[in-house]
Amino acid sequence: MPGRPVRTDTFIQPFVLVGDKLFDAAASAGEFAVFLSRLLAELFPGLRYQRLIFEQCSFIGIQSLPVVFLTSLFVGGVAALQTAYQMSGTMPLIWVGTVVSKSVFIELGPVLTALVVGARVSSSFAAEIGTMRVTEQIDAMETLAVRPIRYLAVPRLVAATIMLPVITIIANSIAILGGMAVAVLRVGISLNLFNRGMRLLFDAQDVYGGLIKSFVFGIIIAVQGCYYGFQAAGGAEGVGVATTKAVVASCVMILVMDYFLAEVVFRLIFPA
Amino acid sequence: MIELRDLHKSFGSQRVLRGVNLDIQNGETMVVLGRSGTGKSVLLKLIIGLMRPDRGSIIVDGQDVNTLSYTDLGELRKRIGMLFQMAALFDSMTVAENVGLGLREQRTSSDEQIARIVAEKLALVGLSGIENKKPAELSGGMRKRVGLARAIAMNPDYILYDEPTTGLDPITARQINILIRDIQAKLQVTSIVVTHDLHSAYQVGDRLCLLHEGHIYFTGTPEDMQTSEDLVVRQFARGEAEGPMTNGYPEPIRRGAAGMRAR
Repeated sequence: MPGRPVRTDTFIQPFVLVGDKLFDAAASAGEFAVFLSRLLAELFPGLRYQRLIFEQCSFIGIQSLPVVFLTSLFVGGVAALQTAYQMSGTMPLIWVGTVVSKSVFIELGPVLTALVVGARVSSSFAAEIGTMRVTEQIDAMETLAVRPIRYLAVPRLVAATIMLPVITIIANSIAILGGMAVAVLRVGISLNLFNRGMRLLFDAQDVYGGLIKSFVFGIIIAVQGCYYGFQAAGGAEGVGVATTKAVVASCVMILVMDYFLAEVVFRLIFPA
Repeated sequence: MIELRDLHKSFGSQRVLRGVNLDIQNGETMVVLGRSGTGKSVLLKLIIGLMRPDRGSIIVDGQDVNTLSYTDLGELRKRIGMLFQMAALFDSMTVAENVGLGLREQRTSSDEQIARIVAEKLALVGLSGIENKKPAELSGGMRKRVGLARAIAMNPDYILYDEPTTGLDPITARQINILIRDIQAKLQVTSIVVTHDLHSAYQVGDRLCLLHEGHIYFTGTPEDMQTSEDLVVRQFARGEAEGPMTNGYPEPIRRGAAGMRAR
């Protein structure tokens, strides 16, 4: 009918938009699955790049130490301060040491270290590999019969999974020292009382559980960083987008997986 | 010998190659000419298996590149060297590591042998003694030469050049052209050079072909191209702004071009 608005377009538009998004999501999931399967297939052959693994260990581990040191110190400190504040007048302050150590070993140490190191490392992986992608360096690698996933992603994955638990051990120690310092200097608990509190309910399984989590976080950080790097397209802007996506994806994945790991690690592997 | 049969390649709605047929004989240097965006570089990436065609086949010495497994494709790639437009040197590696990467990956040569081959290839491109420099310390021309040294490090049978003279000053571009001829003579390789630089094409090519509207429009010697009466070939060979190749342009651009000619 003349003059009548085309109703079908308006009606169909939302379905088109939703359909497009669904197709995009399915395509992305497929690409990610292909990447993961290739990464797994190249894992053992890629272990021979020991020099590259060592370099990445140094980048992830040693170069992350200053930022890990600073954040862990303050995380431990604020844990002690807040615990003392919540407990003052209601519970004996011996529990400050218990709460600080438990929360650091189980949650704060592994998760916050993974978030801090993850932001630094996954962005760096995505930017480096993404730049190689958009400047045809990855294509050049292929033409030399060098497998880019084996050469670039496997050493990063191996290094991240080795180094995350190592950094977490260091971060845990510094956080405990930070908590101890704040408890003694600001809250006014004696060092002896804080130590007794830490030992009161100490369970080595808390530490092991936290380290299992950090191992998985290491995998998440490396996989997300490398995946988005390989996906980069379209010059500097594409590298920027890839880097942002890698950081957001690894942080979100760390927090989501933290819940599921808590279910698996502390309910199935180390039940209370 | 490289045979391209009925190659089609599209990117979204843009049909770049629409049935390319071309034979490159052993030992010759074939120059693929064409305007920017006509799919010349795509053609090279299809040959070396970095992209897959939508339709058609690429036969290299009897092997269909599309049907090869990843491992077999790797084996084939050892026999094909490629020089990328911006050289695509690995930033994090030294020149020696760049040139020697393919050899190291093969694990058939000792470190000393690789160092010797790297030095030999760098000497061949006129860049002895720069093994320990990083790509960032090199000029555009030097980067191209190192890229060429890397491409020939594994003694390939074929070399693909993607815009070898783009972005270089005329003197350096000329030196690269001489180098391409030199490498051709010394190594007896089959080369495909993609360019839109006519001077370079006439200098290095045994045969030239013109990629136009997704097809190989013309094939012949440099003399054939220069003397061709075909309007499309003539427009490209003379670098004219107006003609059958530019008919697709919007009116203002054509008017602008006509104005320039009138002046």
